[in-house]
Amino acid sequence: MATETLARNVVESGQRAAARSNTSAGTETRTATFRVWRGTAAQGQLTDYPTKVSEGMVVLDAIHQIQAEQATDLAVRWNCKAGKCGSCSAEINGMPRLMCMTRLSELDLSEPITVEPMRAFPLVKDLVTDVSSNFRAKKRIRKFTPRPPDAPDGTWRMSQYDVDRVQEFRKCIECFLCQNVCHVLRDHQLHEQFVGPRLLVHAAQLEMHPLDILDRRDELKDVDGIGYCNITKCCTKVCPEHITITDNAIIPLKERVVDRHFDPLGKLVRLIRGKRAGSGKREMGSGGVAQ
Amino acid sequence: MAEFQRHEHDVLVIGAGGAGLRAAIEASHAGASVGLVCKSLLGKAHTVMAEGGVAAALANVDDRDNWKVHFADTMRGGQYLNNWRMAELHAREAPDRVRELEAWGAVFDRTPDGRILQRNFGGHKYPRLAHVGDRTGLEMIRTLQDYAVNQPIDVYMECTVVSLLKEDGRIAGAVGYDRERGRFKLFAAKAIVLATGGIGRAFSVTSNSWEYTGDGHALAYNAGAALQDMEFVQFHPTGMVWPPSVRGILVTEGVRGEGGILVNREGRRFMFDDIPENYRNQTADNEEEGWRYTQGDKNSRRPPELLTRDHVARAIIKEVREGRGSPHGGVFLDISWIRAKLPNAEEHIKKKLPSMYHQFKQLADIDITKEPMEVGPTTHYVMGGVRVDGDTQMSTVPGLFAAGEVGAGLHGANRLGGNSLSDLLVFGMRAGKYAAEFAARQGNARVDAQQADAVVKSALEPFNRSSNGEGPYQVEHELQSMMQELVGIVRRDEEIRKAIDQLKLLRARAAKVSVTGNREYNPGWHTALDLQNLLTVSEIIARAALERKESRGGHFRDDFPEKDPPHGKFNIVIKRGANGEMQVIREPIPEMPDNLKRIIEENK
Repeated sequence: MATETLARNVVESGQRAAARSNTSAGTETRTATFRVWRGTAAQGQLTDYPTKVSEGMVVLDAIHQIQAEQATDLAVRWNCKAGKCGSCSAEINGMPRLMCMTRLSELDLSEPITVEPMRAFPLVKDLVTDVSSNFRAKKRIRKFTPRPPDAPDGTWRMSQYDVDRVQEFRKCIECFLCQNVCHVLRDHQLHEQFVGPRLLVHAAQLEMHPLDILDRRDELKDVDGIGYCNITKCCTKVCPEHITITDNAIIPLKERVVDRHFDPLGKLVRLIRGKRAGSGKREMGSGGVAQ
Repeated sequence: MAEFQRHEHDVLVIGAGGAGLRAAIEASHAGASVGLVCKSLLGKAHTVMAEGGVAAALANVDDRDNWKVHFADTMRGGQYLNNWRMAELHAREAPDRVRELEAWGAVFDRTPDGRILQRNFGGHKYPRLAHVGDRTGLEMIRTLQDYAVNQPIDVYMECTVVSLLKEDGRIAGAVGYDRERGRFKLFAAKAIVLATGGIGRAFSVTSNSWEYTGDGHALAYNAGAALQDMEFVQFHPTGMVWPPSVRGILVTEGVRGEGGILVNREGRRFMFDDIPENYRNQTADNEEEGWRYTQGDKNSRRPPELLTRDHVARAIIKEVREGRGSPHGGVFLDISWIRAKLPNAEEHIKKKLPSMYHQFKQLADIDITKEPMEVGPTTHYVMGGVRVDGDTQMSTVPGLFAAGEVGAGLHGANRLGGNSLSDLLVFGMRAGKYAAEFAARQGNARVDAQQADAVVKSALEPFNRSSNGEGPYQVEHELQSMMQELVGIVRRDEEIRKAIDQLKLLRARAAKVSVTGNREYNPGWHTALDLQNLLTVSEIIARAALERKESRGGHFRDDFPEKDPPHGKFNIVIKRGANGEMQVIREPIPEMPDNLKRIIEENK
C-alpha cells in the first residue's frame, strides 16, 4: 500500500477523532437523571440521581459516578467492563441489558433513565440479585464425559466443522439475562422445576460435544424440565453474545427428547434390541476426524 | 468476641480465577478438604478477559517447536531475571496442562487434521498459542469452573479475605467477610493458596477490574512473606484511549498478529525506527516481510509491532511525548489498511477479531475495518509477586502458597503474551498438589481468636468514624492518578521519592475515611478495605522501582535508560522488617545449571 494513502487515511482519521473530542467538550456539562432502584427485598423505591454525563459513557459509568459522588453504598456487581464477564446485568428502561455495554448515546437523556435489578431473581440489595439458583441448576446436569482418547498420546481429533456448533454455545458469559426474561422463571418462579435457557444451552453444548458419550435426554425431560419451554424466543432476543438459544440449542434438544420418549417405532426397536440401542449419541456428530 | 461463621479446611484457596480453580481441583484430587474463596461470583474472575491464547509447545502447527524453545523464549522475554526452574517446569508441563483441559471439555479451535490450533504471538518463536477465537480465557475459566463444581469443593462466592492468621510461624487460617450480608468468616486451614491475581487498580489507566487491588500481595506481605520483582509492572501497549470512559480497556495483541500496524499522527510507521539488538535477527527489516510473517510465511521474520510488550509500550510513549501522538494521547493502530492486501479484508477482520470489532463499534463508534483505532499503553499485569519455591510454589511462610499472577518468578522482567494462561495451569496445579501434601503432614490448625477479633475490629472502623469524613473513592482515585503519574511507564528517582512521600499522606487520609449505610453489600465499605491493600502494594512497587537503577523489561528509568549488567544478577526482594518497616533486599539469582545454559545458547 502506498505510504501516502495510508498517511492520508490516518491524518483524516486524526481529524475525525479530534472532532469527536470537540463535541464532547460541548456535552461535558450536560446532566442526566438516573432513576435507580434502591433497597432490599423487604423494602425499596426508585430514587432519582442527577449526574453529569459526557460522550462515550455507558450506564455502568453513570452508576459508578453516582456511587462515588452521591451514594457510596449503592450496590452493583461488575467486573470486566468490556462485556466479557456477564456481571452487570440489569433492566435499563425496562430492557434487560449489560450496563457496561449500554451507551448513553442510545438512550433518550431528556427523560430519566430507569435502572432496576433483574426481576426474575430474589433481590439482595439495590441492583444486586441472588442468582445462586443458576449455579445450583448447573449441578443437576451431568458433567462432561469424553470417549477414550483417539491417539496413543491421549489426545483427540475433532474437525473445526464439528466443533463450530458447540463453540457457539460456549460463548455464553453467564450473565443470566436469558433466565431473567424467561417467563417460566420470571412470572412463574419455577427455578427448581425448570433449569432455564442458560442451562439448556449448557446441556446442549454437552449433548452436542463431539467427545461426550453421555445421554442426558431422560434428565432433560424429567429433571431439567425442558417441556416447560414453549419457545417464545425471548431468551434469544436478549443474549448479548447473540447465541441463537432457542433455534440452535433448545429446539434440537426438544427434538431429541421427543425422539426418545414419544416415538413409538423407536420404542419398539429399543424393546427388541435392548436399552442401549438408539441412545442417539452417534447421530449427533460425535465422530471426529479419522486418523 | 466477634461473631464468626466458622469453616475448617485442609487447604483454603483464595481466588477463583484460572490459578485458584486449578489449585482447588488438584488439592481435591489429592484427597484434601478444600475451600475456595472468590471475591466475585464464580466464573467472573479476570481470567475471562484473556483473549489471545495459552502458550504451550504442542508443536501442532510448527513441528520445530518444543519445550526448550519455549523455555528460551520465556527467559529472553524476561531479560534473564526469571526463576529459571519455574521457566523450565512451565515450558515442560504446559502442553500436558492444555491437553488436560481438552479432556475436561474445553473446545479449542482446530488444525485441518483435527488437533488443537496454535497462533503466533509476540516473543514466541513459533505459533504456540492454543486459542478459541479471541475468547480463550472464557473457555478456560468455564472449563475449570464446570469441572470444579463436580468436585467436593466448598465454594464461598462474593467473599473477601482481609487477613491471614498464623500460629507458631506457620499459616493457620484467615478472616474474611461475605459481601452480601457483611458477616465475618473465620477459616481454619492447614495450608493456604493465594491466587488473587494482580494490582492493576493501583493505576488510573488499567485493563484490570475492581478486584485487582493487590489483595494477595498485601495479605502475604502482612503475614511476613517475601515479595520480589515488584518493580516490573507490564503496561500493555494497546489499550483503548477514547472515549474517556473506556480508557484502558484492552485491545488484543491479536490485532497486530493479524497484520495491524502502529502509526503516528503523521502517518509514519514508527516501530521500524528502533529495534533492540537482541531481537534484531528475529525482526523483519521491511514492511513486506512483516506482512508475509503475519500471513503465516515461515521464512519471514516478525514485524516490529510484535516485539515484546515493554518495548512497544515505550515506543508509543515516545511518539506521544514528542508530539506525534493521536488527538487523545495515543497512537493509531490500523488493521483496515490490509484492504490493500486482501480481497475480502472486511469479512476477514470481523472473523479473526470478532470481539475487537464489536468492542470498537459498540463503545467508540469506530468501524475497525474502515478506520484506525486510537490506542495507548494500559496497566495490564504485574510480573512481581510472592516469592516462591519453583517446584512447590510455597512462599517463605510455611503453609502459604501462591500461584498465577500473585506469584513471582516465571516472567522475570517482562511477561510474554500467552504465558499467563499457561502459568495459571502449571503452577495452579503445582500449588494445589504441594499445599495438599503440606496439609497432610500437619496437625489441626489452631486459630487465635484474639488475632481474629483484632482484624474484625479494624475492618469495622470505617463505620465508626464521623460520617462527614472523606469517602474512600476520592482517596482511591487520587492514589491511582498519583501512581500513574509518578511510578508509571517512565520513572525517575525524584518522582519515585515524591510518590513514597505522597503515599504517607494518602495512608493518613485512608485511616480516616468513613462509610455510610450498613454492612449489607456496601461497596463503599469494601473499597475502604481494599484501599489498604492498594496502599501497601503501591509502596512496595515504588520502593522496588527506586532500588533498580537501570532500565530492563517492564521497568524503565529515565535517569538510567540503559540496561546495567550487574543489575541482571539479582532480584529485588521486599519484606516486612521486625519493626514494621519495609526491607528492600538484593537477592542474588542462583547459578543456572549447564543444561539450561546450553538451551539458551542454542536458541540465541
